[in-house]
Amino acid sequence: MTLPRLLAAAGHDRAASLDEHIALHGPLPRGGAELVEATRLAGLTGRGGASFPTAVKLRAVADQRGPRFVLANGAEGEPMSAKDSTLLELAPHLVLDGALAAADAIGGARVVVAVPADAEFAWTAVRRALAERHDARRVSVVRVPVAYLAGEESALIRHLNGGPLLPTVVPPRPFERGLKRRPTLVQNVETLAHLALIARHGPTWFRDVGTAEQPGSALVTVSGAVGRPGVCEIACGATLADVLTTVGGVTEPLRAVLIGGYHGTWLPGDRDLIKLDDRSLAASHASLAAGVIVALGASACPVQETAQVLGWLAGESAGQCGPCRNGLPGIADQLGAMAAGVAPPGAEELVARWSRDVARRGACNLPDGAVRFVASGLREFAAEWEAHRRHGPCRACPRPTMLAVPPEERLAAA
Amino acid sequence: MSEHLRIDPIACTGHGLCAELLPEWIELDDWGYPIIDGGPIPEDLLAHARRAADTCPKLALALVTGAGRR
Repeated sequence: MTLPRLLAAAGHDRAASLDEHIALHGPLPRGGAELVEATRLAGLTGRGGASFPTAVKLRAVADQRGPRFVLANGAEGEPMSAKDSTLLELAPHLVLDGALAAADAIGGARVVVAVPADAEFAWTAVRRALAERHDARRVSVVRVPVAYLAGEESALIRHLNGGPLLPTVVPPRPFERGLKRRPTLVQNVETLAHLALIARHGPTWFRDVGTAEQPGSALVTVSGAVGRPGVCEIACGATLADVLTTVGGVTEPLRAVLIGGYHGTWLPGDRDLIKLDDRSLAASHASLAAGVIVALGASACPVQETAQVLGWLAGESAGQCGPCRNGLPGIADQLGAMAAGVAPPGAEELVARWSRDVARRGACNLPDGAVRFVASGLREFAAEWEAHRRHGPCRACPRPTMLAVPPEERLAAA
Repeated sequence: MSEHLRIDPIACTGHGLCAELLPEWIELDDWGYPIIDGGPIPEDLLAHARRAADTCPKLALALVTGAGRR
């Protein structure tokens, strides 16, 4: 089967029923621990953003003792991402297959599927899918708040255990102590859907698509100045040009492209031929992460976009760790002043120093990602920052920004 | 085995005692929170490092054996 794999049923604008799902993919073979080795050979990595080898996580939980859980994480905290809710809407059975296969592979686990509270269609699709199945009595589905930190696994687990949605200090990591303090495999829902196909077709099939280091396909959410914004499935290593063509091409010349969402990296707008896999992107300090791609048109103000996102990220900080609680709002204030042309001398040096001082000093990686995003925005748009510093707001500044900062409407699925 | 200082960033409230007791190893950021080198503590600073950890009013600083993450 060529692409699409995960979204093979996406010709419909509704969830594939169990019959349609089985007609398309065949039944899920019942298996066990051998899936861990198949996953290792397939080279599957996590599609939630961190690209961690899935087999390593499977083995870590399999090696623990006592009752255990699989947490299928559909809580995409990235405002510009819609791929997880789209996948749950269109192919809920594939995600459930993957979660059940993972549960068997790690020695018999209960499964919890986390769906963001605003993903109404995804919620309905998963509930209906569960009602159709006879093998899903050990699966439950829960709604989780819409927040950047919902994608952070320690915060999500703490919330599901009855606490606030706040990160905890790790270790212990979820594979040691997670849901109900039991060993827990936390996997992004897309990763589990890939797992469901590896269980059926094996590692060699999985590697037919993608690169040697990053095999398989990946879901991406493309938005901005493109003809048909939405979610599509690409081969890892596909060129940016291919992806932009798939979504109807660009609607104006591009100033830049954001890869990897609000923890991601701005690339110049002319990098059409760059390949979308982590090895190729690493040369530009970027990674595909959770597959957010935003095409920023030349008519937008990149300074305004960058400053506004940082302000939002500062607000999404849990405020638990001093450097993040103080540093991110401080950086956001300086960027705002720079964008307005009212920054005191030395503002950029302050941003650079504070960026160094918040990185790797929080319990979670929210501050690390935020300062990565800032550094990339300052680097890529150096000329525009300088123009704003000298002359104040540009003509594009008053326009609505392209990058969403909730509580604005979430990006609609394709 | 080498010893390292590790901080619990959630528990730390920036009292800054550690930086006073161990200025050779710990400095404070602009907001008063300690910036700690996670590398192995030199022999001659070990006693001071232990005292800094023991004195932390929030018990946020720990001296750990083996590779400290932060």
